[in-house]
Amino acid sequence: MKSSKLSSGTLVALGVAAFALVAAAVVAAAPFIRPGDAGVASVASAATVGGPFRLVSSRGGALSDVDLKGKPFAIFFGFTHCPEVCPTSLWDMSEALKRLGPKGEDLKVLFVTVDPERDTPEILARYLQSFDPRIIGLSGARKDIDAVARAYRVYWRKIPTSDGDYTMDHTSLIYLMDAEGGYSGFIAYKDDAETRDRKLNALLDAKGPTG
Amino acid sequence: MLNSFRIPGAFARLCRRMYLEEALAAAAFAMFLLTLSAQALMAHEFKAGAIEIEHPWTRATPNGASVGAGYLVLKNEGTTPDRLVAATAEGAQKVEIHEMSMKDGVMIMRPVAGGIAVPAQGSVALKPGSYHLMLMGLKQPLKQGAMVNGTLTFEKAGTVPVQFKVESIAAQGGSDGGGHDHMTMPSGK
Repeated sequence: MKSSKLSSGTLVALGVAAFALVAAAVVAAAPFIRPGDAGVASVASAATVGGPFRLVSSRGGALSDVDLKGKPFAIFFGFTHCPEVCPTSLWDMSEALKRLGPKGEDLKVLFVTVDPERDTPEILARYLQSFDPRIIGLSGARKDIDAVARAYRVYWRKIPTSDGDYTMDHTSLIYLMDAEGGYSGFIAYKDDAETRDRKLNALLDAKGPTG
Repeated sequence: MLNSFRIPGAFARLCRRMYLEEALAAAAFAMFLLTLSAQALMAHEFKAGAIEIEHPWTRATPNGASVGAGYLVLKNEGTTPDRLVAATAEGAQKVEIHEMSMKDGVMIMRPVAGGIAVPAQGSVALKPGSYHLMLMGLKQPLKQGAMVNGTLTFEKAGTVPVQFKVESIAAQGGSDGGGHDHMTMPSGK
């Protein structure tokens, strides 16, 4: 039942509630849990992140690590049945690419599904239409997905829901790889736009063409 | 109605002036309150017994996506605890209650067994990075600006209709839908 907003008493109450809500939202958002940056950094800096892969591209055909040699790239893992982290990460990356402008033209951004059973290259292609066209979706056989996930130290796990359905846990970090395919750093889910830009610029300045 | 007063002229004039002034003052006050409560009017509320359901919203979904997330705040003004146990949303095959969390860079998603407690005189928020309604089997993408009809079912307060407001794909909470903290800075380098 929609509550009435006719009396001035209600209006006052609503006004107060609205401000309280906004204030509460600000307070709640501020200390939003950092996704274990420190813990991951120690794993990620082990210089073992990355490695060979050969997957099926959302643009058709295969894409392998060899195709990426000579240009830096960003790679992250997710799935399209993902309610928050994947669309938000893709959107954030799209915005970052927009801000990079021409400097980011050669940056390849790869979104690898950890759910190849549902995320065919065609489904990835359709999904990615909502984001920057430079982002490439990668799917493939389960064994090939497992191999690339292992290479990038990416954790994933199927979590059963009702009616035989499932959702997934997965690593949400965006790995930044240099022109030699070597690990250069990562972007965390809760990094703000400034931090994302700084990390991407550093990656491009290191090996890529200057803009 | 004012003309129907059958009282001496001076008193009638006084009454009339008071009424006018009161009416004007009331109008001005109403305008003031409307301005003040613009935020509240942009948000929306529903009620289930003693439980206030504040601003149910969802995020616009990418092309072909079959899942979405629903968020809202539940405030229990009553003296008995209750529990959100189920929900529905038009266009979604089913809605489940899930909890998301982050641990060492891993996004963790869990169905919440038995629903979400709404303590007496307390509140609980379904919000990004936490509890949410998982809209599954979406027949069509959720388009920003649309309203999605749905229901919430409470253990005690029963089932009530609600509407989820579809906010931007970047929305992370806040009634304006633009509160994504990644994106609040201008697009400078």
